[in-house]
Amino acid sequence: MNPGPIDLASISVIILLCAPLLVSLLSRSQRLLIYSGFALTAAASLLAVFAGAWTVWSGETQKLIMLIGLPDLPFHLRLDPLAGFFLVVIGLLSFFVSVYSIGYVKGFLGKRSVTSLAIFYCLFLAGMYMVVLSDDALIFLISWEVMAAASYFLVMFEDERIENRRAAFLYMVVAHVGAIAILLSFGVLAGLATGFGSFSGYTFDAMRSAHFPTEWATVAFLLSFFGFAAKAGVVPLHVWLPEAHPVAPSNVSALMSGVMLKTAIYGIIRVTFDLIRVFPWWWGAIVLVFGLVSAVMGVLYALMQHDLKRLLAYHSVENIGIILIGIGLAMIFTAFKLPLLAALALTAGIYHTLNHAMFKGLLFMGAGAVLHATHERNMEEMGGLIHLMPWTAALFLIGCISISALPPFNGFVSEWLTFQAFLLSPSLPSPLLKLLIPMGAALLALTGALAAACFVKAFGVTFLGHWRGHHRPNVREADWPMRIGMIMAAAACLFLGILPTLAIGWMDAVPQQLIGTSIGTSAGAFGWMWLTPVAYQRASYSGPIVFFGILGIVIAAYLLLHVRPGAIQRVPIWDCGFEKIDQRMQYNATSFAMPIRRIFGFLFNVKERVRTSQQTVHKAFPKKLYYSLHVRDRFWGWLYKPVIAASFWGSRKVGRLQQGRIQAYLIYSFVTIIVLLVFLR
Amino acid sequence: MNLYPFVMEILQVLILLAIGPVFVGWVRVLKCWAQGRSSAGLLQPYRDLRKLFSKDVVLAENASWIFRFTPYLVFGTAVLAGGIIPILSTDLPLAATADVIVLVALFAIARFFTALAGMDIGTAFGGMGASREMTVASLAEPAMLMAIFTMSLASRSTSLSYMAQLVMSGQSVLRPSIVFALLAFILITLAETGRIPVDNPATHLELTMIHEAMILEYSGRHLALIEWASMMKLFLFTALGIAVFAPWGIASSADLVAVAAALLFMLLKLGVAGVVLVLIETGLAKMRLFRLTEFLGSAFLLATLGMLSYFILE
Repeated sequence: MNPGPIDLASISVIILLCAPLLVSLLSRSQRLLIYSGFALTAAASLLAVFAGAWTVWSGETQKLIMLIGLPDLPFHLRLDPLAGFFLVVIGLLSFFVSVYSIGYVKGFLGKRSVTSLAIFYCLFLAGMYMVVLSDDALIFLISWEVMAAASYFLVMFEDERIENRRAAFLYMVVAHVGAIAILLSFGVLAGLATGFGSFSGYTFDAMRSAHFPTEWATVAFLLSFFGFAAKAGVVPLHVWLPEAHPVAPSNVSALMSGVMLKTAIYGIIRVTFDLIRVFPWWWGAIVLVFGLVSAVMGVLYALMQHDLKRLLAYHSVENIGIILIGIGLAMIFTAFKLPLLAALALTAGIYHTLNHAMFKGLLFMGAGAVLHATHERNMEEMGGLIHLMPWTAALFLIGCISISALPPFNGFVSEWLTFQAFLLSPSLPSPLLKLLIPMGAALLALTGALAAACFVKAFGVTFLGHWRGHHRPNVREADWPMRIGMIMAAAACLFLGILPTLAIGWMDAVPQQLIGTSIGTSAGAFGWMWLTPVAYQRASYSGPIVFFGILGIVIAAYLLLHVRPGAIQRVPIWDCGFEKIDQRMQYNATSFAMPIRRIFGFLFNVKERVRTSQQTVHKAFPKKLYYSLHVRDRFWGWLYKPVIAASFWGSRKVGRLQQGRIQAYLIYSFVTIIVLLVFLR
Repeated sequence: MNLYPFVMEILQVLILLAIGPVFVGWVRVLKCWAQGRSSAGLLQPYRDLRKLFSKDVVLAENASWIFRFTPYLVFGTAVLAGGIIPILSTDLPLAATADVIVLVALFAIARFFTALAGMDIGTAFGGMGASREMTVASLAEPAMLMAIFTMSLASRSTSLSYMAQLVMSGQSVLRPSIVFALLAFILITLAETGRIPVDNPATHLELTMIHEAMILEYSGRHLALIEWASMMKLFLFTALGIAVFAPWGIASSADLVAVAAALLFMLLKLGVAGVVLVLIETGLAKMRLFRLTEFLGSAFLLATLGMLSYFILE
């Protein structure tokens, strides 16, 4: 038998599962551990990318049954185009991040042992690949838990800090509430597939061939959407995300934000389009509404942050929202039997999934490089890093442009496709949807523009201007492995931005598999240069012309203006003639976001306090001014505080049972047995 | 090979470069007349540009490459946009490069870099301008998209050439949805090009500046490029409005007479657009920054009304 892609993918998983053994053997020489451990994960990731790309390319599906696990319940693996696509998304970023980690993790040398980091890093990757490969509910949930547990330990890595322990605990709780919902959802599906009497319904194949009654399918969908939304960080289940992502080591944040959230997207697509298959339009509307809310709230909360990694974490909420918008639209179009439009919307969604993995990975790696160099996460203390870290600055800028949906980089293409899907919504038969869905397009436009504002802030405050902090650390540029990791991610952003036709032509097999139609032929009908999603009369975009056009004009203008040698004179800042400007007078993250905070203030819990010292000649000339600002997530107070209070109340009540006397416990057991005997004979 | 489209392409870019400053000059002349002042003439913007180009660049000590790259990029996006919008002819080889949404995004990337350049020097004014510009843009963008959406409903396309051709072919006469969308578009144009009541292009008063605050530190050829690009931007937004709402006269066939007529029509329409702009600018005072929410909110509302009226009335 010739080895197929699924064998490659399995080898990749096996390598990752065996790597912890090697890593723990090497724990005495940490430097060697870093080189060999992360080289191994990089190799395994490349293998996974190759397997995934091959599957999507050929459009074939391969299966594998592993005779391990519980008796009579073997594990099923399957590699179809959908799984292959996500394998590529995860593998590609894992490869970049693994290369980056070789440089980044060296920063911990001499401070703490990195053995646990490397071990759980391998398990985390293995868990993600297995989630995508699994073809029955059992191994899916096992992989899901491996992924969650490994990432929990990664968040806990620097466990001497209380915020890490708090964040990791919160993450664990949300992940498990989500996992329970997913388990229940699979339970409903498996039970309906073959009846509750037999066990054979746990395979996805059995669920695929079953026909579900609408009400039970709805229950299963809502449960699984809840579970996956908790993992993806959909508003209002997003609160763990801005806590856990910033405190994890930056290479792990890049993976958690860039690809771990995508496994939840994978889950939603798998359950709705592949397992349940037939659904009413309002499921799509639910996904769409949650996507829109997440997108807008995510970016608005991001604007209020001054911690660089927290800001990026909130942007993950936003981008997951944008992906869900695409998927929600695809579901609505599918329900109304408009397969071509559904294929367009789905392509937009999964394209954004790939793009977000690339640029968010890049941005977290950049933030990690800054953190590595300055030991500072607070943007208010930074500034002027572009002079000290030119490589990191340029690469981070590429990430900023991509995520702000500006041409010619990749974020723009997928958002543009989403807009095109929105613009086609008037062909829906329902008049209500015709009127309401365009509002979603306006919200998406708002999101894009606010994201641009947020990244002008993030880049401007971190890298431009003067250093804002009190004491200036000795900042050095990131080392070569880190740079190479970021350069590769940046190159991927550019490639996916200027050659979208190739990428869309490649990922065509996914909508083909799920919807039965694809837009590859119409999107690339005019060659690789022109992206025409539906028809060329409708809309078109040419990434190469935009990129090379702007580049050409810039070069031409530069050369024309430098025919005559003109001297550049370097002088102190002019600033309209004001004197005594110092670096504390620059705009910082808080002041930059002030107009937006004021306009959208009703969405946040803002506590702003200004106090002046009293000893002055006149109250118009205070000696000192104290300003404090707290912007909180409203959802915390609305949703989580009551739940926390209720669970504490409940545990106090239950705690009364705990007497500490053996007699009482014997009575409990006795009563339980009697009750069981009476009711469950 | 048919050379006509390429000739048109080059002609359009030349016209953009040449007429952009004259259009700004025209607006300034009209404004002077309206306010009872004597004007400096139509060609004053040219003289300004020539003066700036011949001067040396004075650069702040801590300016990075972003500060020096931005003027070229802003200029580049404006010129590229000039090759895409049907100013004279709908038969352009570059027309398919970008639809309206891409075009808006092209202006957005110029704005993104201008805002970064504002933050680069590390002055309070630069940051203030950047912050305000991005705020205004984020409010204008949804309204802009709704206006585009309304217009694309009738033409079933966001490609500018097709939208223009459809209106010219007479399939869509004056309809309520178009009127609403046009009103919204005018409000957005005022915001996007930094005119009164959103921003005042003539001011250098510290606290009222938005666009000027970001480019305060520029000088010499850098400032010339930015000024030229912002003149072209005003011209381009007007041309965009003309192409979408009143494209009559734009040449759609390869015919010398048609092109000449298109040029004439364009000048005529620009003249009228200048009058409208001056009437608005003279009649209104600059708004407080936080009143802009209402201004741009009403633009959004108008565009939404346009869309509703399309579904309900047409």
